Amino acid sequence: MKPSRFEYFAPESLAEAVALRDAHPGAAVLAGGQSLLPIMNFRLGRPEQVIDLRKASELAFVRVQNDVVEVGAMTRQRDLERDEGAARANPLIAESLRLVAHAVIRNRGTVGGSIAHADPAAELPALLSCLDGSVEVAGVRGRRRISAGELFVFHLTTSLEPNEVITSVSFPALEPSWGWSFLEVTRRHGDFALAGVCAALKLDGDRCVGQVRLAACGIGTTPVRLSTAEEALLSRPLTEKALREAGRAAAGYVTAGDETQASTAYRRQLVEALVRRSLLRAAARLERRTS
Amino acid sequence: MTSAPSFGTRVRRNEDERLLTGRGRYIDDITLEGALAVAFVRSPMASARIISVDTSQAMALEGVHLVVTCDDIEHLDTEMPLLIPDPSLTSPRTQRPLARGEVFYVGQTVAMVVADDRYVAEDAADLVEVVYEPLEAVVGVDRAVASGARSVHEGVAGNVAAHSRQRSGEPDAAFASAEHVTSVTVRVERSSAAPMEPRAVAARWDSVLGELTVWDGTQAPISVRGGLASLFGLDEHRVRVVAPDVGGGFGQKVLLFYPDEVLVPWAAVKLNRPVKYIEDRQENFLGSTHERLQVHHIELAATRDGLVTGLRDSFLHDTGAFIPYGLAVAQVAAGQIAGSYRIPNISVDFKAVYTNTVPVTPYRGCGRPHACFAIERAMDVLADDLGIDRFEIRRRNFIGTEEFPYDRPGLIFADGQPVSYDGGDYARALSLLEEALDPPAFRAEQEAARSEGRYLGLGLACYVEGTGLGPYEGGHVKVHPITGKVYVNTGLSSQGQGHATSFAQIAADEVGVSPSDVVVVEGDTGEFDWGVATFASRAAVVSGNAIRKAALIVREQIVHQASQMFEAAPEDIVIEEGKVFVQGVESRALTLAEVATMSNPLRYAFNKAAQSATQFTPAARRDGAALAEGAHPGLEATDYFSPASTTWAYGVHGAIVEVDPATFEVKVKRYVCVHDCGRMINPMIVEGQVIGGVAQGMGGAFYELLDYDAEGNLRNASLMEFLMPYATEVPRVEISHLETPSPRNPLGVKGVGEAGTIPVAAAFASAVEDALAPLLHGHLLDVPLSPTSLHAATRAG
Repeated sequence: MKPSRFEYFAPESLAEAVALRDAHPGAAVLAGGQSLLPIMNFRLGRPEQVIDLRKASELAFVRVQNDVVEVGAMTRQRDLERDEGAARANPLIAESLRLVAHAVIRNRGTVGGSIAHADPAAELPALLSCLDGSVEVAGVRGRRRISAGELFVFHLTTSLEPNEVITSVSFPALEPSWGWSFLEVTRRHGDFALAGVCAALKLDGDRCVGQVRLAACGIGTTPVRLSTAEEALLSRPLTEKALREAGRAAAGYVTAGDETQASTAYRRQLVEALVRRSLLRAAARLERRTS
Repeated sequence: MTSAPSFGTRVRRNEDERLLTGRGRYIDDITLEGALAVAFVRSPMASARIISVDTSQAMALEGVHLVVTCDDIEHLDTEMPLLIPDPSLTSPRTQRPLARGEVFYVGQTVAMVVADDRYVAEDAADLVEVVYEPLEAVVGVDRAVASGARSVHEGVAGNVAAHSRQRSGEPDAAFASAEHVTSVTVRVERSSAAPMEPRAVAARWDSVLGELTVWDGTQAPISVRGGLASLFGLDEHRVRVVAPDVGGGFGQKVLLFYPDEVLVPWAAVKLNRPVKYIEDRQENFLGSTHERLQVHHIELAATRDGLVTGLRDSFLHDTGAFIPYGLAVAQVAAGQIAGSYRIPNISVDFKAVYTNTVPVTPYRGCGRPHACFAIERAMDVLADDLGIDRFEIRRRNFIGTEEFPYDRPGLIFADGQPVSYDGGDYARALSLLEEALDPPAFRAEQEAARSEGRYLGLGLACYVEGTGLGPYEGGHVKVHPITGKVYVNTGLSSQGQGHATSFAQIAADEVGVSPSDVVVVEGDTGEFDWGVATFASRAAVVSGNAIRKAALIVREQIVHQASQMFEAAPEDIVIEEGKVFVQGVESRALTLAEVATMSNPLRYAFNKAAQSATQFTPAARRDGAALAEGAHPGLEATDYFSPASTTWAYGVHGAIVEVDPATFEVKVKRYVCVHDCGRMINPMIVEGQVIGGVAQGMGGAFYELLDYDAEGNLRNASLMEFLMPYATEVPRVEISHLETPSPRNPLGVKGVGEAGTIPVAAAFASAVEDALAPLLHGHLLDVPLSPTSLHAATRAG
């Protein structure tokens, strides 16, 4: 479990990193290394070059402005989890991060790294999908923004060009009129979720669902926005019937096949239960937040 | 006369300061100047013919010293030993260090690379080109014994390595006259010990002295030494095997030989340079042995009121591609299939079956968890079939205190001796569990919870554990004349069990010192070179009693020496806290160091104490020879203990769980463990063993499963995907101790190393089944239990 031979670069600026990325399209970008290094140690990936972003300090920041929490790609997950400004602007961020692996992994793991790795079972991609967030990427031809909906293409695959680097991740804020919840089921503390559901919810004056956002991890080849479940809830109170219908609609999104740790049938039931519980928790928090 | 005994008290561990402050020395910590690193080319195929192996590119890589296949390894190119032969093992097969012509499992070693470091070694291993012609893989015991299955090994029809049949009493008559018969088929999945430190071997050849030193993370250094001496044609004293600190063994490290254990020393001799192999985690899954997979079809014949009159068990034991450790796992399972119950008529048959998977050897429990799962699940089902409470049916069938020793004539245990339980109070253990869990109160709580849609369950499982197997171990005790410290050696070695404290307590009490003044040195054939190994919960019983015997002799020597020095009667000599004095005259006490010094007639006075021991000192002057005929210098003795028969520990575990009916997550609310391992040397260490065992048992109950696909690929050969419980998954364990001294050894001890693991899967299956009873179709008869398996169990039918 030693990586094969590779050339190592540690650029000190984004510009330098982008130039290296352009010069070495086969290079791997090392952010926190929590996924890349095991892949290299198992020799499942054998990049000839590794571009380590740890010295590009301009990529580590948390900024809250214009109702957006913008997080530099190299921000450690643990730092974002503990960022008070981010927590005030969007409490769902910290809730999601607490579910990411273990604290020691979050100490190293980065926000940009998790998004770029695009593991469909991971929490941060699901959070970004749920919130309709986006990423900013940089290449030699400049910067561009990619929305969550356009970013996640397939298992471990994003729509980034091979010579692009994620520079920041933008999570829209959640005003106090929103309730929120991220629930998941794992085999053990800190494992990847068998399934997880991220929910944000706003109720009308008559306690009907005004706006709702639902996304799931662990159920398909990308994080999945549960649109039909959202539609099933709009303008309705959170009755048993509405919850059941939303849950069933969500279960329809499960495409993961039978695996040792979770059958497709189990995942469907699990997503149904998690949608229901996540919505109820979001609603309960909303009640506490507004009362 | 002695000070208050430390035996039975919670003495702090002598080894902890060293281990907890990072001063442990594991094999990778041992610096050998100029050591080379090893990597292996391992088969990617479960079953294939080797058409060709080309090592030329690998040899050409800079930094590579040696690349060898079976053609290059001289006398080592031979099948490795079958350690435990058995008449019923009619088709034994063991592997060669490097495959010749054919591979039998994914991970089997095909070539070895020795290089400057492990990076280069792995690069070179990648460059070895092996052409395979794939053969159909045989995976799964059921498939292996199905008609038409391909033979894993040519000439082994039906893949049956061994077929064993044992009978006790009249099982056929019992079933013929039974009022009721319960039959179940249970399955315990394949698992791995996954010790925290994977296996490791380092070797150095001293060409001047002609001596081979091997550092081996093994549970059996003396046995490894014997084997290596034999393989290399050296006298045993020219081979020194050291098992330094070893990061967990759990049985995986008792096997000899793994390919690396012979190839690394061979390479060190060949290259005349130190060579080191540190197994990585993936190799530990693919190259070190597995255990657990058995499928039992068990039947109980009973009267209508639940008295079990007969047991028939027929099981398949997956031994993987080879069977180097013989039938130990299956034999232990067979020997204790009837558990804690009287059951006078027993028939137990098993087949040990070859499959194209990693070979199987004992893993903590060694057949006991399998047998326990079978009998305990069967007892639960019988109770349900007859409408009898699960506690009550056990009580009706327990062997009574007055029935010991209780023999099962016809059943042979893993030491080759007939099964004979030595004692205990099984019903009392069950009563203690009932007191702790209060089943009637629980039933009320369960009913109330169910009305709220919450599912609580209570389960239990009893177990017995044959421990302390022979043939023998030794103990050497010596009082050091300079420091007065008491040194203890034994032949087996520790992998974290606390020997440096438990053995110190035994010696300390007998000699008359504090346990902290006893230094236990193990695992080095240069220090003590008779013995067997650490396995089968035997160290405390076998080495412990040997050390006691040696310590008693040393005590006599001290008393004898002191009585001469004080010119007092031996019965008036007191030894307390390392001080030796005449009763009532403590002010004139000698230290043990002084007594030890005086026990060795000296010519040269190299220090102050020695002055008084020279032959010119009046105090040391004797009539005639300095050493009496038959006497030896120093305070030192060696003795051995060889148990005539196994001693049987037992206990019962109970769990209260809550199962989420939507997500099938299981929350453990209570876990209670009542156990009896005879007299306890150190209750704290015993509790550590029990709690660690429960944690490992939870692995088997809920998590651990080696996931082979139909082609024989192990899909989860990493700690990312092979799930073991973390501390976050292990509940608080409530422990009650019972102490029935074993009549089979002077210390009255029984083994406890494996006890905690044995009943855990059965107890949890019982509890989860009780919780989900309203939703289940049938019983939970397979472990591990997972959310997915529980979901399926509520859907089937």
